[in-house]
Amino acid sequence: MKVALQREPIDSAALQQEIKAGSDGAICVFDGIVRDNTRGRRTLHLDYEAYEEMALTQMRGLADQAIANFGVRDVVLVHRLGRLLVGETSVLIIVASAHRGAAFDACRWVIDTLKKTVPIWKKEQFVDGAVWADGEPFPDDIAGEKS
Amino acid sequence: MRVRMRLFGPLKEIAPAADEWRELPEGETVAGLLAALHRDGVLPEKLLLASAVAVNQEYAQPTRVLLDSDEVAILPPVSGGRP
Repeated sequence: MKVALQREPIDSAALQQEIKAGSDGAICVFDGIVRDNTRGRRTLHLDYEAYEEMALTQMRGLADQAIANFGVRDVVLVHRLGRLLVGETSVLIIVASAHRGAAFDACRWVIDTLKKTVPIWKKEQFVDGAVWADGEPFPDDIAGEKS
Repeated sequence: MRVRMRLFGPLKEIAPAADEWRELPEGETVAGLLAALHRDGVLPEKLLLASAVAVNQEYAQPTRVLLDSDEVAILPPVSGGRP
């Protein structure tokens, strides 16, 4: 299992090669990349920041749960921080498994859960200004009842 | 007692000075701290309501009682994106 936050570019091809083992029938890869626009507004770059200690703990938890709950063999989960340009990989998930169904399901679950619970934020720099991206509302078990 | 506040993303830009140690009454809860941040004009209520709180790097409920030296992070909604 490899879980990391890094400022250097993510080498997707090397990580895919590294994870494979003889018992695997599939690896499923989610390669999240920087899009050139948000709702039609042209993006120059994104700046990612994290609550690093907590994000790493949460990411390790997701990888552990993916292995335990979906029965996959191994997971790579790497997120990049700092300034990213259009087309660069911001998050890479690789799930290795004997069969494809579990690999697809686990990969989808990891990215969907990461996007809601792992404390990483992005600021979008557009041609005409910058904004922090609207995050997704926290799941109820995290947000708690504040009113 | 005092806790170490950590702010991130838009919250840190709005209130950089709050990313510091903060004095609290003994027995203060997460909800009480959020109310104080709003009352003292540190952060707008709308942002606080949308945020989650982590104590010592784990998500915490509003009823959680804070202890001296706790690290309390106010976390705005995370980066998201449409599925």
